[in-house]
Amino acid sequence: MKDLFQLGAVQAILLAAGLTYALRLGGLLLADRLPKSGPARRFLDSLPGTILLSLTVPGALHAGVEGMIGLGACLLVYFRTRNLLSTMAAGMLGVCFFRWFFHG
Amino acid sequence: MNEWIKGMQANIPLAVSAMAYGGVFGVLSGNQGVSWAEMLAMDLLMFAGSAQLVMIEMWSAPLPVFEIGLAVLIVNMRYLLIGASLQPVFDGRPFWQKALGMHLVADENWAVTIAAHRNGGTCPAFLTGGGLLLLVAWTASTICGNLLGGQIAEPERWGLDFAFVAVFAALSLSLWQGKDDLLPWLVAAGLAVAGEQLLPGKLYIALGGIGGALAAVCIDILRKPEHPPETDEHYNCTAEIGGEDNR
Repeated sequence: MKDLFQLGAVQAILLAAGLTYALRLGGLLLADRLPKSGPARRFLDSLPGTILLSLTVPGALHAGVEGMIGLGACLLVYFRTRNLLSTMAAGMLGVCFFRWFFHG
Repeated sequence: MNEWIKGMQANIPLAVSAMAYGGVFGVLSGNQGVSWAEMLAMDLLMFAGSAQLVMIEMWSAPLPVFEIGLAVLIVNMRYLLIGASLQPVFDGRPFWQKALGMHLVADENWAVTIAAHRNGGTCPAFLTGGGLLLLVAWTASTICGNLLGGQIAEPERWGLDFAFVAVFAALSLSLWQGKDDLLPWLVAAGLAVAGEQLLPGKLYIALGGIGGALAAVCIDILRKPEHPPETDEHYNCTAEIGGEDNR
């Protein structure tokens, strides 16, 4: 036990886990109390798209030119197949080819 | 088909991606002196990759417990919004389903579930099935990385680091509902990019999410819509989802 968990590790992990869970469940319970129509509803309905975009755009920009090529490949395949696995494979292949050609 | 299985199937691409960076992350954790037991406890109790990464960067004795808590709070603030956005999925469900289901919410299965919900409805089992698959993939890969050390080949060579961005880009597109989304999405993207430069942790996600959604509300108020509010349709868990199942 002493070797598996260093001093303070259990406290740190429990604190982090408790906070994370409180945020997850807290968000859901808060939303349950919001009105089911009007501006609050519009806010909640818009959240998925705006969060997903905020998650994706900075990462895509960091990937640079190869990221843009990969992203282009993704979009092409996604609109043709609507299949996530193929979309992912296309993106990875696009990035792979670029790296192999230009970075050896 | 069972909703649990459907949720798992829909999350397979993301589980592959999660395993790739889980392996790298596991190696990092080993180098930082995190034991496999500590790693396992974080995986199972926190189940939040980016917060775990931040924690591991702060992992040197004596552990700064309070600072770690504060950092995790900042990195995971987006889960407050993610939790709120799942309200339609859990609507009318008993509390125990919410309490159990919300622990298994990661960025990946949240995004897949929201997309499925928009495209014909879904239920908590779909979300939780995906979460279980991700939990297994994440835990297995991080523990392997932690125990095996640097024996795992560089995943960026195979473009695996890009898999996450690729899938999320596709999921974003599937949420597009029409030109009413344009301005809120531009606001969200702009705030996220700016926030990433200026704010600590992953607060930029919360900033973009809130800012974009507020923009949508503002547009609505300025326009004073004529049409009545949407009616909520409850999705029947036993019913088949129409169309493709691979979203």
